[in-house]
Amino acid sequence: MSAELTALQPAVPVHDGAWRGLAWAVARDLRLALRSRAELGVQLLFYLIVVALFPLATSPERNLLVTMGPPVLWVAALLASLLSLQRLFAADHADGTLEQIALSPAPLEAVVSGKILAHWLTTGLPVVALVPLTGIAYQLDAESLLVLVAGLLLGTPILSLLGAVGAALTLGLRGGGSLLALLVLPLYVPVLIFGAGAVDATRAGLGAGANLSLLGAGLALAIVGAPFAAAAAVRIALD
Amino acid sequence: MNWFRYASPATFHPLAGRLIPWFGIAAALLAAIGAWLAFAVAPVDAQQGEVYRIIYIHVPSAWMSMFLYVVMAFWGALALGFGTRLSAMLAQAIAPTGALMTVIALWTGALWGRPTWGTYWAWDARMTSELVLLFLYLGVIALRQAIDDPRRADRACAVLALVGVVNVPIIYFSVRWWNTLHQGASIRASGASMDPTMLAGMLVMTFAFWSYAIAIVLARLRAIVLERERGAAWLAPQVSRTVAEAAR
Repeated sequence: MSAELTALQPAVPVHDGAWRGLAWAVARDLRLALRSRAELGVQLLFYLIVVALFPLATSPERNLLVTMGPPVLWVAALLASLLSLQRLFAADHADGTLEQIALSPAPLEAVVSGKILAHWLTTGLPVVALVPLTGIAYQLDAESLLVLVAGLLLGTPILSLLGAVGAALTLGLRGGGSLLALLVLPLYVPVLIFGAGAVDATRAGLGAGANLSLLGAGLALAIVGAPFAAAAAVRIALD
Repeated sequence: MNWFRYASPATFHPLAGRLIPWFGIAAALLAAIGAWLAFAVAPVDAQQGEVYRIIYIHVPSAWMSMFLYVVMAFWGALALGFGTRLSAMLAQAIAPTGALMTVIALWTGALWGRPTWGTYWAWDARMTSELVLLFLYLGVIALRQAIDDPRRADRACAVLALVGVVNVPIIYFSVRWWNTLHQGASIRASGASMDPTMLAGMLVMTFAFWSYAIAIVLARLRAIVLERERGAAWLAPQVSRTVAEAAR
């Protein structure tokens, strides 16, 4: 978009429809995120560095790498998601935009859903896209890679959804980063267990169907519940 | 009788004060009876010998840890829905006791695991989800401490407790869903698969833990009420008396 058109975009959602509010939030957050591409790049680099740390700490022996790979990739995805959660609401809260959004006609749940979607597109999706690269670094075979990608595709949105609830709850609080981690990581644990478990089950010959189905169920539950919880938390923080 | 008159901190504070001794005495008596049943009456276990007796602390505390979380989430939901202060204060009072019960369950479980399974910790489904429950409790406590405004803290902790309540069914059903190390449920709706005296001892100890939890939560609630309502008119005589005593 040209500079003039960008300047003419409304600063708050002016329409009262849920889908239009969601679309407004996605478009705005993506635009803002892509303006600071360096920040996104830094987060991806953090992910890659964490992934690279584990083989450096142990021996690069093949069996160890193959066993360690999926869990490490999952934990790194968790940490990368955690690190980027602050920018979900903090900047908007600091300059008062969040309050204007809450006052606007669009439902806050829809706008929050849009923000979460934009967060996933800039944090979770790149992690999934990097799996061919990182998976090969851990000597994973094609079938494990496929299950890993499927698990991450289902799991990373859950991380964004649950993380948004935590980010909204800790808006503007001191000790923000560690408190957010303490609140959100226990909620992430089931995602980690099923995501890494899916690859484990595949390698054991049991098939990833059960774990992936549970991840899908978790995603369905999170999509329905998390926007409402996050919006409630935002309203609590704005009072 | 209009029970809702006790929904105010001013009326519930003296009621709690009258209830605490009863629950405290009940807890002590039930614990004594439970201990007698546990050590003197219940037979030795066929497979584990004497070491199984830690069940009389481990199971009641684990049940209480899950139960108290659900109760905390319930009062949090009421606080969110109706905006009542006392509900939120009660949720605030429950969190530390729930965390303690979780720690006791994990600790006694580890002590039990060492002689029977050969390891203090095994990362099986039930232990891991109980550990997650401990983190959830600590997260609620940490969030409350991090927020200065008590009303905002009430609502935020209520939201967090409700989001985490999904974990409790996972803990409960984990032994059925995952075939890992922790033993399955011995007590089901269709009956128990353990010796009747063992079951009796466990149930008595559960009620002892429950009475203790009620007594201690009510005591903590009284302290919270005094702290948060210190500007209220019904506390004015007590506050001025305390200030006068402190000045002396």
